[in-house]
Amino acid sequence: MTSTFLPDKRTGPGVALPSPAATPGRGRARRRLVNWLTAVGFQVPALVLFIGLVLLPMLFALYAAFFRWGGFGMPSDYIGGDNFTRLFQDDVFLGDLWRCALLVGLSLLLQLPFALAMAVALNQRLRGRAVYRMLFFAPYVLSEAITGVLFSMVFAPDDGLADHVLGAIGLDGVGGEWFADPSYVMATLFLVMTWKYFGFHMMLLLAGLQSIPAELTEAALIDGANPWQRFRNVTLPLLAPTIRISIFLSVIGSIQLFDLVWVITQGGPDHHSETMAVTMFQYGFKRYQVGYASAISVVMFGICLVFALAYQRFVLRRDLEGATTNMRGDGR
Amino acid sequence: MGDRALSRRGFLAASAAAGLGMTALSACGGDSDGGSADGKTTIEWWNISTTEPTKTVWAGLAKKFEAQNPKVKVKIVQMENDAYKSKMTALTASGKLPDIFHTWGGGVLQQQVDAGLVEDLTDRTKPWADGMLSVAKQAYILDNKTYGIPFDIGMIGFWYNKALFKQAGIAAPPTTWSGFLDAVKKLKAKNITPIALAGKEKWPGMYYWAYLAMRTAGIDALKKANDDKDFTAPGLVQAGRHLQDLVKLQPFQKGFLGAAYSTPTGQAATMGNGKAAMELMGQWAPVVEADSGKGLGSNLGFFPFPAVEGGKGAITEVFGGGGGHALRKGAPQAAVDFLKFFASEATDLVLVKKTNTLPVVPGAEKGLSDPNTKAVQAQLKAATGFQLYLDQAYAPAVGQEVNDSVAALISGSKSPEQVTQSISKTAKEEQ
Repeated sequence: MTSTFLPDKRTGPGVALPSPAATPGRGRARRRLVNWLTAVGFQVPALVLFIGLVLLPMLFALYAAFFRWGGFGMPSDYIGGDNFTRLFQDDVFLGDLWRCALLVGLSLLLQLPFALAMAVALNQRLRGRAVYRMLFFAPYVLSEAITGVLFSMVFAPDDGLADHVLGAIGLDGVGGEWFADPSYVMATLFLVMTWKYFGFHMMLLLAGLQSIPAELTEAALIDGANPWQRFRNVTLPLLAPTIRISIFLSVIGSIQLFDLVWVITQGGPDHHSETMAVTMFQYGFKRYQVGYASAISVVMFGICLVFALAYQRFVLRRDLEGATTNMRGDGR
Repeated sequence: MGDRALSRRGFLAASAAAGLGMTALSACGGDSDGGSADGKTTIEWWNISTTEPTKTVWAGLAKKFEAQNPKVKVKIVQMENDAYKSKMTALTASGKLPDIFHTWGGGVLQQQVDAGLVEDLTDRTKPWADGMLSVAKQAYILDNKTYGIPFDIGMIGFWYNKALFKQAGIAAPPTTWSGFLDAVKKLKAKNITPIALAGKEKWPGMYYWAYLAMRTAGIDALKKANDDKDFTAPGLVQAGRHLQDLVKLQPFQKGFLGAAYSTPTGQAATMGNGKAAMELMGQWAPVVEADSGKGLGSNLGFFPFPAVEGGKGAITEVFGGGGGHALRKGAPQAAVDFLKFFASEATDLVLVKKTNTLPVVPGAEKGLSDPNTKAVQAQLKAATGFQLYLDQAYAPAVGQEVNDSVAALISGSKSPEQVTQSISKTAKEEQ
C-alpha cells in the first residue's frame, strides 16, 4: 500500500511505515490519482462487506431493541424503552453484569500477573525455554468449543480427571462438583479461562520483554540494582505499553465471553455462570424474543464501546498517539 | 497494536449484533417454485431425516411413489434439525412454505396456520386418516381441524434398571407417586443413585413437572393455563410441590446440575452404565443409553409415569410427541396423494422395521420386535389422553421459561408458586 491513506505520516511507535521510493516532480498529481484509485479499489469490497454484514445488522439490532419482535417479518410493535427497563429489572441480567465485573477483576488481578510472571520466567536463559513457551501457548490455539468439551470431562464429578488426581494424592472429596455447584462454578470457569488465555498474554508480554534493550538492564545491574529493583524500575515501565494492550484485550474478552460458557454449562446451574452473551443467545435464539435480545446486545455493545473509547482516550493515548484518538493525526 | 485492538473490538461487538441481524437477513432468501413443466408435477418434500438409515429408506420410498405416480416428481430437501427450524422461521416470515414439510405440530404449526400458510387437510384426508393411531394425530389437530399427518409418535416414561430395582427389593414398578417416592427411598437406602438427570440441559427436568401437572391438574388445565396466560392454578402449584418432595430426597446423581444428556458423562451414560436406577425419557432412551454408555440390554424396563393420588389425571394419559408432515396452502393434489402413500400400512411397516419409528398405522404393529418398544407402543395405543411436549405446544418463550423455572425449582432457588408466576409472566409478555 502507499502512504496516502495511512493515518499519520510521522512514524509513531508501533506503526511500521513502508515508505515508497519517492518519484519527485513529474506526474505527481497523476500518481496521487492512481494511488487514490488503488486505495478505493482495494477498499470497496471490504467496505461493502463491512457495511452489509457488520454496520447494517448493528444498526438494525439497535432499531429492533425498541420493539417487541419475535423475528418474524419486520418489527412493528414499538414499545419504546421497555426492553431496556425490563433488562435492568431482570435478576439474570443484573447477575450477568456482576459476573462480568467479577471476571474482569479476576482476569486483571490473577490472570495477567500470572502471565507476566511466566513471561519474565521464560525470558531468562533456561534450558528448553522454547518448549515451555510453546506448551503454554498451545491452549490458546485450541478452539473454545474443544476446550469446553475437554474440561467438562476433566471436571466431571467423581469420574473426571480432576477428581481422580485429587484422589490419587489423598484429597478425595476435596474436588466436589466443580461446574455443577452454583458456588464454585465461576471459580472453575475462571480456572479454565486462565488455562486457555494466559498463554496468549504471556506471548504478548514476552514479545514486549524482548524489545527492551539489554543495555538498560545491564546499566541498572552495574548501578547495583537488585533483581526486584531492576524489574520494578526498568522492565515494568518499559513493558507498560504491552501491559496496557493486554489489559484491554483481557477486559473486552471477558465482557464478550460466550463459547466456553455455552459449551461447558450453558450458563447453569441456575444461571450462576451466565454471561451477557449467553443471556442474549437464550432470548434471541431459544425464546425468539429477538427485540429483547437486541436490547441486550445493544447494552453489551455500549459497555464495550464506552470502555474501549475511554481506555484508548485516557490510557492508550501515549501508545497510539494519532492512530485512533485522532484520525488524521493533524489539527491537534 | 492499536489497529488490532480496534478490529477485535469491532469484530466482537459486531458479531453480537450481526447474529441477531442475520435472522432478518436470512428472511430475504427465497425458494424455487415447484411448477409443472412438460405435464409433470414436481412436489418439494422438506424433511429432517439427514441420518442413516432413515435418509436412504425415505429416498427409496420417494422413488416408489414416483413409480406409482409417473406424472409426479418428488424433490427431497433435507436439513439438519436446527438448520431446518431457522429456515422455516425465515420461510414463515416470507409467506411461502414448501409443498410438504416436516412439522412437530403444536405452537409452531399454530403460528403457521394463523399466518394462513397451511392447507386444511380435514376433508382431503378423511377416509384414510381416520384409521391412524388417535394419539399420534393429536398434535396436528388445531381447533378441530387436521393440519398434518403423523409418521412417528413417541412418549416419555420411566426407563428403569431391573437389576437395581431387584437389589433394592422393589417388586414391581410403582404406579402411584407415593409409591414412587418410596421406591426412591428404598434405592437410596441401598446406596443406589435412584435417578439420572441432565440438569444442565433443563428439558429433561421439565418432564417431571409436566407429567406431575398432567396427573395433578389435568391436561385441560395445562391447555387452559396457556390460553388464559395464567399458570397459577392451585393444581399447577401442587405439581411443583410434588416435584419438590422428590427433590428433597436428593435422588439425582452427583453433580447432576452440570450434567448434559447424551455426553459420555451425561444422563443417558449414567443410566446406560448402570450407575442410576431410573431416568424419565422418551422412546429413544435405549438407543442413546447404548450409544453414550454401555446400554442395559434386557435389564432395561419401561413403566408409565405414576398417577398422583387425588389428582385429576390418569396414569394412561401420555406426554409425548412425534413427527408429521403438513402441506402449504394450495399444495397440488399430488402432495395429498403422497401423504396418503406415506401413511399407508405398507410404508409404515417399512418405517417401523427399518428406521426404528413407532407405528402410527395399527396394521404396522407387526413390524415391532423389541420388547421395550412394544411396551411403549402398548401404552400409546391404550392412551386416554395426550399432551404434546410443552416446548412445542406453547410459544417458544413460554416453553423455555417452563424449562428454566422448573430447573430453578430443582436446584432449589424457586418455590412452586414462583415457578407458576414466572411462567405466567412470560406468557403475558408474549401476549
